[in-house]
Amino acid sequence: MSPTKEKMLDVYTTMVKIRKFEDKVAELFAGGKLPGFVHLYAGEEAIALGVCAHLTDRDYITSTHRGHGHCIAKGVDINGMMAEVYGKATGSCKGKGGSMHIADVHRGMLGANGIVGAGGPLACGSGLTAKTLGTDQVTVCFFGDGAAEQGTMHEAMNLACCWNLPVVFVCENNGYAESTPWGYHCAAKSISDRAVAYDMPGVTVDGTDFFAIYEAAEEAIGRARRGEGPSLIECRAFRYYGHFQGDAMLYFTEEEKAHNRARDPIERFKKRVLERKLVSEEELTKIDAKAAGIIEEAVEFAEKSPYPDNKEVLTDVYVSYP
Amino acid sequence: MVTRKITFRQAINEAMRLEMRRDPTVILFGEDVAGGATLPHMEGENKEAWGGVLGVSTGLAPEFGRNRVLDTPISESAFIGAAVGAASTGLRPIAELMFVDFLGVCFDQIFNQGAKLRYMFGGKAQVPMVIRTMIGAGFRAAAQHSECLYSIFAHIPGLKSVIASTPYDAKGLLTTAIRDNDPVIFFEHKVLYDTEGEVPEEAYTIPLGVADVKREGKDVTIVTVGRMVHFSLEAAEKLAKDGVNVEVVDLRSISPMDKNTILNSVKKTHRLVVVDEDTPRCSLATDVVALVAEQAFDYLDAPCKMVTAPHTPVPFSPSLEDAYIPSVTTIVSTVKSLVR
Repeated sequence: MSPTKEKMLDVYTTMVKIRKFEDKVAELFAGGKLPGFVHLYAGEEAIALGVCAHLTDRDYITSTHRGHGHCIAKGVDINGMMAEVYGKATGSCKGKGGSMHIADVHRGMLGANGIVGAGGPLACGSGLTAKTLGTDQVTVCFFGDGAAEQGTMHEAMNLACCWNLPVVFVCENNGYAESTPWGYHCAAKSISDRAVAYDMPGVTVDGTDFFAIYEAAEEAIGRARRGEGPSLIECRAFRYYGHFQGDAMLYFTEEEKAHNRARDPIERFKKRVLERKLVSEEELTKIDAKAAGIIEEAVEFAEKSPYPDNKEVLTDVYVSYP
Repeated sequence: MVTRKITFRQAINEAMRLEMRRDPTVILFGEDVAGGATLPHMEGENKEAWGGVLGVSTGLAPEFGRNRVLDTPISESAFIGAAVGAASTGLRPIAELMFVDFLGVCFDQIFNQGAKLRYMFGGKAQVPMVIRTMIGAGFRAAAQHSECLYSIFAHIPGLKSVIASTPYDAKGLLTTAIRDNDPVIFFEHKVLYDTEGEVPEEAYTIPLGVADVKREGKDVTIVTVGRMVHFSLEAAEKLAKDGVNVEVVDLRSISPMDKNTILNSVKKTHRLVVVDEDTPRCSLATDVVALVAEQAFDYLDAPCKMVTAPHTPVPFSPSLEDAYIPSVTTIVSTVKSLVR
């Protein structure tokens, strides 16, 4: 890759926005300001950025219940996202989807998804659209280590390979399916080994290392764009928060938490770009402050926004229904 | 309009063919919809072996090619979900779920994804897809290849459910379903595939949610769908000889459902029998009875009756299966019990 200064600043900005968005949502949730429940992405930012850095608005992604990071990396409006998490009328989905269903189809974000493993088949669909219409659009299917054990993901990876679809499967292995460790729920030594079964390339990379992910994604997405078919990338990462916010995380040891903090993806990115003198500390500090301001503005926007009118219960079920 | 007699199977085939000619975004996929994909001894890549397990898609792969008529692995979750993903990104896929009984391996993709995307996304997405699927008993196909199950789909907001009884209706309704911007489940009764009827050569549409009064009458209203339309018409013929005039309302789509035609008919006849091949609990039959009980109770001169399959799986043995399927005899005796 060519790590231009502009690109590095963009990547850092978006990673920080994701972290601050999630930390803020955690705080708001703990303060009883948000309805429902939320699954936070903090700790996995390098994956969303390492992958989405290669995508345009015309490319597609499918996401998961832990989707805020994917949304921000794909360019979904942060004010709309925050309002959606609040259940407000100005939300990305008019307050009708919530945290687990934030979507922006026109930006290629085909939705967070409350059903674990549901994104694989959907990704085959958008991949099929691109192939049928002869465009060079690529679909990235983000899925967790928990979803890796769903039949839908196996079916989808097989179908994508049978049909040679422009789909890249990105497994975010954060170590736990809810509270169940992946060493227990996964019979394979690594999730990327499963690529062999579908005759596609499969690699495992450090999911806290932006540059490793960026390079693996560059190859896989380039391959898909050239019509050479699917790939599987497994990113070994961690999450700072529980499965859902409020999870006491008794399954984490203190050593594990300390180990995770020591490989924070944003700190690693920062260290690398500073060491290589690609950017200055001052520039990054400015970005931190700016990102914090953007998130504060989003909260203000959401809080000032009205709740949806009750008549909205009945709308948007069908395009047309007599 | 030039019409000629063709089969129910040909009518469905023709609806797909004409829509695929008209709109390049219409594609068809499912298990064996072409068949024999890529086998070297199949001359030319577009030649088909099966054209669908009962030949409904015959000739489509040769005409439109393997890129628009795609065989799938036996992976219903993947390809029904792919239909949802393709529909929300610009195609109009027709996905064939071979037997409706297979919904058990792909239901999430239908009710949690296809049916809900538009609502969950605040109206900012649409899912213009059709799932064609075979229903019905009478093929000695036993419990896992013979059910109707359409009531389950009608229960789900966001889906439309269409059941044709004649070749004419099948072509017009399927054409509408393909052009519709919502997910439509199109149910095809396997016993009807070889039935014939007059069908125009060109494309035409029949609106969803508009019932068709297949026979007018003044004494009793039968509300029905699918194969049971024919059983009900046969029963009506017999009853006419005894001086009972039955009105047969073919709903054609059960979601949306033409409530007005049902209510107007009952207001005229004052008696209702619902004839439904599906099982009876929480079903189309109970739904229609509830509608009439709630909105036309004062017009009723007799209790509403349901002639349905029993609350059992479909049995295999021919004598048992015949006993399972609602019969013309039962329809006749049920109607007679109301007009004594």
